[in-house]
Amino acid sequence: MKNLLDNYIRKEMFPHIWCPGCGNGIVLGAIIRAIDDLKWDKNKIAMISGIGCSSRITGYVDFCTMNTTHGRAIPFATGLKMAKPDMQVIVVMGDGDCSAIGGNHFIHAARRNLDLTVIIINNMIYGMTGGQFSPLTPTNRIGTTAPYGNIDQSFDLVKLAIAAGANYVARSTVYHTRQSISLIKKALSKKGFSVVEIISDCPVSYGRLNKIRTAIDMLNWLKDTAVSQKAWENLSPQEREEKLIIGEFLDVDKPDYGTLYTRMIEKAQKGEVQ
Amino acid sequence: MNNTIGNIKLLQGNEACVKGALLAGVRFFAGYPITPSSEIAEGMAYHLPLLGGKFMQMEDEIASMAAVIGASIGGLKSLTATSGPGFTLKQENLGFAIINEIPCVIVNAQRGGPSTGLPTKPSQGDMMQARWGTHGDHSIIALAPSTVNEVFQLTIKAVNYSEKYRTPVILLLDEVIAHMREKVRIPDEKEIEIINRKKPTVPPEEYLPFQPDQDGVPPMANFGEGYRYHITGLTHNQRGFPASQPQEIDWCIRHLHNKIKQNAKDILIYKQYFLDDAEIALIAYGSVARAAERVVRLAREQGIKVGMLKLITIWPFPEEELDRLANQVKLMLVPEMNLGQIVLEVERAVKGKCPVISHSRVDGELINPEEIWLKIQEENKK
Repeated sequence: MKNLLDNYIRKEMFPHIWCPGCGNGIVLGAIIRAIDDLKWDKNKIAMISGIGCSSRITGYVDFCTMNTTHGRAIPFATGLKMAKPDMQVIVVMGDGDCSAIGGNHFIHAARRNLDLTVIIINNMIYGMTGGQFSPLTPTNRIGTTAPYGNIDQSFDLVKLAIAAGANYVARSTVYHTRQSISLIKKALSKKGFSVVEIISDCPVSYGRLNKIRTAIDMLNWLKDTAVSQKAWENLSPQEREEKLIIGEFLDVDKPDYGTLYTRMIEKAQKGEVQ
Repeated sequence: MNNTIGNIKLLQGNEACVKGALLAGVRFFAGYPITPSSEIAEGMAYHLPLLGGKFMQMEDEIASMAAVIGASIGGLKSLTATSGPGFTLKQENLGFAIINEIPCVIVNAQRGGPSTGLPTKPSQGDMMQARWGTHGDHSIIALAPSTVNEVFQLTIKAVNYSEKYRTPVILLLDEVIAHMREKVRIPDEKEIEIINRKKPTVPPEEYLPFQPDQDGVPPMANFGEGYRYHITGLTHNQRGFPASQPQEIDWCIRHLHNKIKQNAKDILIYKQYFLDDAEIALIAYGSVARAAERVVRLAREQGIKVGMLKLITIWPFPEEELDRLANQVKLMLVPEMNLGQIVLEVERAVKGKCPVISHSRVDGELINPEEIWLKIQEENKK
């Protein structure tokens, strides 16, 4: 642990801004453990984030880091990856950041199958601004801007990423830390667009508004709600309603955008243009 | 191409921009289709892969601006092109590039606005958007060519300024300059001055990414080259981390301004036509400067002492030059294709030392020499 802190954390930036009980630190821990396992050169790692509580993660890690504008982390990462194909470019976003204001960038980056790893910390609410509902707040849940219950349908990011063209899609929760580490590690190693959604807890906003008041209650709730795909298949339609599937959903090897771009350059330079 | 004699080419404004950008070393372009700038994207899509560069058509204007900034941080000279509605969408991330001092060039081929406005007609309605479009108290450089040859030269200048001063630079074309064809002299590559961003000379552990040198500009380490640091849209200190102390915040904002102010002499470009003995000065820029130049010749033929100050650098504004000129002339006339944007800056600069009048046109048509000429005669009768 001390080794991880010394190697990867900008300790001078602590204390961090996250509330007691927040899941963001668990995801940060999972990401650096996965990277440490991979033994990557820190000079070749870039971590890019947008705006929100989770996006402050980039200030705390000793890589090339960039805390960009709200929802736009992916296109910033896109430009960087095109300029520096040998860098490992990791994007960390919150649920509002990724699926509301950044939704279009997310689906188009998946469509291009650009070699990025996107980690979405989904606490199902806008935490930094005080608890407004997001596109990932489940229907009927409470937000400060949904005081009578959220009537919106929520996105399923896993299905969205698969439909849009990603190479690797997985989901876990901050309760399932070992699984989170191994899924993130696999996503990082994957060439092409890889997505890991980590369901997180926000006891201060989501928990308080939805009567799961403590971090422990929220983690227990994640433990009880999350099931594997195998377990899901054995559930009745009624039992499925309140459950969340975790694990790996897609693992394919379509050529990534960078590889296709390099081929196009070679073709153009040889004059093989139609 | 067969439209070439020696080193003279017949080029469209947008083509000249592509040519200039590639010669200046631009190797990344991200954009989104929009009239009247699309030929720049098309040219980049064709030429960049041949040079090993990268072109990306993004999902929108916001993403194109973000990608351009990302690529510049990765070390590629980067450019994007757009028009009014797209320029508005780019403002969000333009602010990010300004506060983080990321070199990049944004070409805005102006069309009539507001909103969708007049996609195929010229305008100079974005002069103030170029200056103040993104929120917050910021600095910027903006250049406005009035010939296709100038489009070529100023695209190179814009890339050079962006690298030299670590700032976004805006190139303000208009629909006419973007689409007209004129001869352009393409110099030998060795004749072209190319400026590359300063890299840090200190070891990584001593590097402060936003600590300016004597010239006001901090050296820039590209990501992935051994210097690990943080970039944030939050107001930051010299280490690049969020600033919380009033003096750090104050430093951050003033530094952005001072960097441009301190180097204004190098950045300010303008051309003087018959100003030595002029009694009436036309202050013009972009395609309107073409009409104004014609008026100067017309007036001189008739013995009327009219001259022109052609503004090429719009921002920062050449205040001192206008102040000096105000001591000499009896009248300044500012023709522009908007309802008076630059005329207000001229008034501010001359501080009442001479009368300043505006001639506006916002019907999507070019300002022609005759109407400027009539305005001068009208004023002469008074």
